[in-house]
Amino acid sequence: MAEPSKRPNPVIQLTLMRLREIGREPGVLFWAFGFPVLLSIALGIAFRVRGPEPTVVGALPGITADLKQILVDAKLQVKPLDPASAETELRAGRVNLLLVPPQTPGQPITYRFDPSRAEARQARSMVNQILQRAAGQMEPRLVRDEEVREPGARYIDFLIPGLLAMNLMSGSMWGVAWVIVHMRVRKLLKRLLAAPMRRRDLMFSMGLARMVLIPMEVAFIVIFARLFFSVQVAGSYLALFTMAFAGSACFAAIAILVASRAQNTETVSGLMNLVMLPMFIASGVFFSASNFPDSIQPVIRLLPLTAMCDGMRAVMIDGAGFVGILWPLAILALWGVPAFLVGLRYFRWN
Amino acid sequence: MNQQLAPAVVCRGLRKVYDGRHGLFRKPSPSVVAVDGLDLVIERGECFGLLGPNGSGKTTTVEMLEGLLAPTTGEIQLLGLQWATAEQALRERVGVALQETHLPEKLMVEELLTLFRSFYRTPRPMADLLADVELEEKRRAWVGKLSGGQRQRLAIACALVGEPEVLFLDEPTTGLDPQSRRQVWGLVAGYRARGGTVVLTTHYMEEAERLCDRVAIVDHGKLVRVGSPSELIAALPGDHVIELELEKNTKNTASALTADELGQVRFVKEAHLSAEGVWSLAVREPEHAVAAVLALLESKGCALGRLGTRKASLEDVFVALTGRHLRDG
Repeated sequence: MAEPSKRPNPVIQLTLMRLREIGREPGVLFWAFGFPVLLSIALGIAFRVRGPEPTVVGALPGITADLKQILVDAKLQVKPLDPASAETELRAGRVNLLLVPPQTPGQPITYRFDPSRAEARQARSMVNQILQRAAGQMEPRLVRDEEVREPGARYIDFLIPGLLAMNLMSGSMWGVAWVIVHMRVRKLLKRLLAAPMRRRDLMFSMGLARMVLIPMEVAFIVIFARLFFSVQVAGSYLALFTMAFAGSACFAAIAILVASRAQNTETVSGLMNLVMLPMFIASGVFFSASNFPDSIQPVIRLLPLTAMCDGMRAVMIDGAGFVGILWPLAILALWGVPAFLVGLRYFRWN
Repeated sequence: MNQQLAPAVVCRGLRKVYDGRHGLFRKPSPSVVAVDGLDLVIERGECFGLLGPNGSGKTTTVEMLEGLLAPTTGEIQLLGLQWATAEQALRERVGVALQETHLPEKLMVEELLTLFRSFYRTPRPMADLLADVELEEKRRAWVGKLSGGQRQRLAIACALVGEPEVLFLDEPTTGLDPQSRRQVWGLVAGYRARGGTVVLTTHYMEEAERLCDRVAIVDHGKLVRVGSPSELIAALPGDHVIELELEKNTKNTASALTADELGQVRFVKEAHLSAEGVWSLAVREPEHAVAAVLALLESKGCALGRLGTRKASLEDVFVALTGRHLRDG
């Protein structure tokens, strides 16, 4: 028999198995990369920055063309209306204000509007200002307007770090918990144990496979958000990746706990949803978690996904450095370390 | 015991009880005794078969021997070592092919073998492994694309990576076509020729007769009999079997002949009527027995439908010992 050849490295081989299984399964790639991008496109478009609603002024017959032109020049919409339909339009809010001509020349024009509607009061003040200024009114105090549409303050800037956190959470949960249970169901876990494989090598390889994928997942979303929505990373990339790795490690640990006993993939899917769904809602991925009542804020603030969202936003929006993410990192460790130890303790190998 | 001389496998009083489950979300179920006090000694170089129907405790037994399942009570020694104290050393020296493993489908044959080679201190060369299981041409094929027989050979190749001293095969040919089955048999023969010990489970008679030096007949978790296939068959009352069926239109097939009448016939040792209406007669000197049986039929005026003779097999041993067929499960 030939001389036994050189032995390959088990951790590398186990990691390669994982990466090959992912890379050769197009569905997995879509959920890891395509899905978060589609989600951010959909939400980014739904909540894109829009100008204020145009102010619509109804003009009854008898309002002069000059007057209408002044308002049109000031970017208001002027809608000529007959007296019959005018009241209906006003009630329905399709026009914010009605201009009623004086019944006899020399009398004042009447502004007809519903003062309980904010946009009607706003229209009255705009129309009045425009008309008075056109009639020669001076503004003694000089002022200047500045509109805030800077990157960093938009909804998409808030959304992208949250999506990044959510995606890393799902990636770790599916990539560890589901994979472990799938291996258990297929008896692959048992088969590997029947070989002289060290258990820690298998655990280590799962972590290593995630480590390879995390930078790709993060870079993909960050680059996409930058190209399509000009979302910037205000802080350092080192802090960003530290957050990403710490968060993923925490959720991988929770995944080991979730997968430690589950005997079939349905059970583990249910358990994963039980863990993830409340955090999808409560942790402020899509909307600020501060909208929830004060009484449950302490709980929400301690959730690992909240910590990850906060940390990601601190780095990407506020430009926080390592000092700024210490608290989120501490919360992640608080969850991750016990979950890992308990999960390993009760892990069912076959 | 000196480890060098220790038998391949020794187990004493091996017992496995699955506890009944009670819980809020579980249907209560009673405890099940899967293996009920098994004693075995398997010598080195031997091919030993555990023969029994489904549910007889074969798989539970081998998985305990393989160190994958903890016995409820009882003692196991492999190559003079115990799982509790020498697991890592034993894993290097024992090869295992489980009854059913879904190997990763998206890996190539050689990638999977490389993975398994990485676990062993001194793995066999890839080329040898591929040649052993005749998968050289499939080395770059995905596991998921292999046929059932090729997959089974690959599973055995994974078990052979460490050149084990003891190879466990749990139903190695179940569900395979005859040609694939013969390839697996060839593989086992090749491994034995290199001096290996094989422990296999099967419910195929032919496989046990062909491969095994000794078989243990297992039923309801208990050892019914151990011996070489030829010994077990020789211990039967008859070394041949006559199967006969009366013509379909014969009234009262069951009462037209009785076991007593048939048993009285010269050379016929035992008679047994199956539910399908086929008589099996254990006989010696079949050529004389056939003539005697035909004479009886004629005297009783029974019309013969079908008659055949064959050599007694392990199946007959099983029926004689347990009153059931292996395939009955």
